[in-house]
Amino acid sequence: MDYLAIYVTLKLALVTTAALMVIAAPIAYVLSYYRFAGKSFFEALIYLPMALPPTVIGFYLIIVMGPKGFVGKAWGFLTGDSLLFTFIGITVASIIYSIPFAVQPMKAAFSKIDRRLLEAAYVLGLSKRATFFRVIIPNSVSGIAASAILVFLHSIGAFGVLLMVGGSIPGKTKVASIAIYEAVEMMNYQTAGMIALSFIPISYFFLMLINKLNEGTQP
Amino acid sequence: MTIEVSLKKKLKYFDLDINFSFAKKNMIVMIGPSGGGKTTIVRMLAGLQKPDEGQIIFGDEIWFDNNKNINLTPQKRHLGYVFQDYNLFPHLNLFENAAFAAVNKNEVDELFEVFKIGHLKKRKPHMVSGGERQRCAICQALARHSRILLLDEPFSALDAITRRGLREELKSLKRNMSFPIIYVTHDINEALYLADEILPVVDGKIDHQWLQKMIAREPSAQLTMRAAREPRLSLVY
Repeated sequence: MDYLAIYVTLKLALVTTAALMVIAAPIAYVLSYYRFAGKSFFEALIYLPMALPPTVIGFYLIIVMGPKGFVGKAWGFLTGDSLLFTFIGITVASIIYSIPFAVQPMKAAFSKIDRRLLEAAYVLGLSKRATFFRVIIPNSVSGIAASAILVFLHSIGAFGVLLMVGGSIPGKTKVASIAIYEAVEMMNYQTAGMIALSFIPISYFFLMLINKLNEGTQP
Repeated sequence: MTIEVSLKKKLKYFDLDINFSFAKKNMIVMIGPSGGGKTTIVRMLAGLQKPDEGQIIFGDEIWFDNNKNINLTPQKRHLGYVFQDYNLFPHLNLFENAAFAAVNKNEVDELFEVFKIGHLKKRKPHMVSGGERQRCAICQALARHSRILLLDEPFSALDAITRRGLREELKSLKRNMSFPIIYVTHDINEALYLADEILPVVDGKIDHQWLQKMIAREPSAQLTMRAAREPRLSLVY
């Protein structure tokens, strides 16, 4: 049993989820409440990772995050390190890979809030920022929870994009899905089966949680 | 101190063009058929909709002036606005709602006692009746020490008995208040009962003839005028 791969997977999923909650909330807010030129282009760009094969995303991430890519160059300049084949590198890849799953449920939840509720907040003196934190977020708990759980589960399942960007370095970039793949390659079905089995209760638990949260927010 | 309003706005079916002024402490009732522009006027007063042209002057403060390019945000106008519904935040209980923007949270308890909803403080809005929700919404606006209270058909979704009770409460509130109230309704009896001044709005214009016709046509209107006990009714020009 490759506990280290499970640890890296859970760590990656948690960091991705936390980062995406912060990144996706303002994007979902802008998409829900603002009209601007190029909005549909921007929205399609956000959802693009959902429609692209993971290897295609991985390929472009290698180009951009590699030593000659602009992100890789900037990262190298700032830290003296490489982004590829590191935990930070696969975290960036995982964030980009999962961003549609974070933005979509949040946007749906934000859009569901009646505009008059926001107007009531403005009339009561709340700025747009305060309205976001004091009215929109508390009234979108189920959508935000759905977003977090989807991102977490999607990150756990990531394979192709992580393999391309991070390779398979134990303790650093080797996640459970890669460990399963390698175990199967080596005909070690028992290890593959154990790791695979360990994810069923995790995924099942989070799906139960999402149902529970949805029930809890019903009036 | 007076409030002077002069507004123009091109709407889908007519052009809104309205001028009126009123003194502080008065209750102005805006009446007219549905779709005549009443809510648009109130929304423009609140800063939620921008007029094409005109001015809104509150005492010595300019809220809107297209010539001077002034348009204060709703946050800066410091007013209370009670909608027909959707005033209260569903994630907060009634007390938290009323205290949401309160100047002094201790006052909320007193207001809840005055409006007879003290026993419902911990309830969420969906757990109380429509009348109790609207009472809480009025408490919310009053707790903020609003400089003007805008009530846009606040009781129209309620049953007749609750409506009558709230009308009485509003009338007694008016006696103790030191700020103006603009009350929107399409009920002629309600208008006659509550108003210091009536502003009949039809298709975006002030139409006094429409009001006279409505009073003549409604048999109970004369009785209501007498029942109002405060025969200070005058028309706004």
